[in-house]
Amino acid sequence: MKSIEELKKIREQTLKNINLRKEDGGDTTRIVVGMATCGIAAGARPVLAACVDEVSKRSLAHVSVTQTGCIGVCRLEPIVEIFVPGEEKVTYVKMDEEKARRVIHEHIVNHKVVTELTIGANE
Amino acid sequence: MKDLSLSVLDIAMNSVKAKASLIEITLANDGKTLSVRIADNGCGMDADFLARVTDPFTTTRDTRRVGMGIPLFKLAAEQAGGTFAITSEPGRGTDLMAAFAVDHMDRPPLGDMAATVATLIQGSPDIDFVYRHTAPCGEASLDTRELRQALDGVPLNEPEVLQWIQENLDEEERMIAL
Repeated sequence: MKSIEELKKIREQTLKNINLRKEDGGDTTRIVVGMATCGIAAGARPVLAACVDEVSKRSLAHVSVTQTGCIGVCRLEPIVEIFVPGEEKVTYVKMDEEKARRVIHEHIVNHKVVTELTIGANE
Repeated sequence: MKDLSLSVLDIAMNSVKAKASLIEITLANDGKTLSVRIADNGCGMDADFLARVTDPFTTTRDTRRVGMGIPLFKLAAEQAGGTFAITSEPGRGTDLMAAFAVDHMDRPPLGDMAATVATLIQGSPDIDFVYRHTAPCGEASLDTRELRQALDGVPLNEPEVLQWIQENLDEEERMIAL
C-alpha cells in the first residue's frame, strides 16, 4: 500500500489548486454523465473516467464532472450532457472514451459542438 | 452487466439514492464461494416494496418503468450456482448479498473494483465508503473515513486524490488476484 504520507503531499498540492480556483471565480461548465443501470451496462464508467482524466490533464479549472441517473433514452447510452453557462444544453449519445475526450477537446476547449455525436444527429 | 464490479457500482448507486452516509462493500472469496455484500444506512424499504424489489417492473424512478439493477444482479448470482438475499428496514438501511460459486462457468469475472470504488467516490465525495475484499492470498481494503482524516478538508473527488485512490486500490487488487 502506498503510504498515507503520500496522500498528505497530494493534499498540499491540491489545496493550492483549490485556492487558485476560488480566486479565479467564473462560471462553471458542467459535464454530466448518466450513471444509472442503463448507462453503466452500456459503458458509462470508462466514459466518466475519461472525462475526469481529460479535465484534470488539461487543467480545466471551471469545468466540473458530475454523475446523474437515467436520462430517459436508455438505448442511446452512454449519454453525456454538456452545460456551458449561457448556452443551450448539448446531449451527446453512444459515447465511449475516445469520443468523450474528443468532445472535451472540441466542445469545451475550442467551443465547437461536435454535431455528429449529438442526440439530434443520432435520432 | 459484463462483470461484477459494474454490478457493484450499479447496486451501490441505489444506496447513494437512498441517502446513505455510509456504504460498505465487502467481497469475500474463500476459494469456493465469492460473496458480494453491499450494506448501507440509507432510508431503507418497507416490507411491501422489499417484496417487489427483485421484480424488474419495480422502480422508484419516473423516467422509465423498469428497474433492472437488482433483478440482473440476482439473476447473475443464481445463474452461477449462487444465492441472493436482501434485507431492509425503513430508516435503518439495506443489506444485500449475492454469492457466486467461484469456479462456475457462468460466474461473471470480477472486473475492475478499483475503478468502481473510485467512480463511487467521484460521484459522492461526502459519503463514506468502506471497501474490503478478502481472498485466499490476502486482502485489499479502503476506508474513506481514514483518507478524509489525512486530507483534512480537501474533497475526496479532487482528480489527484481520486487517482491516488484508484492506483492504490488497483495495486492491492492485483496482489490478491492470483
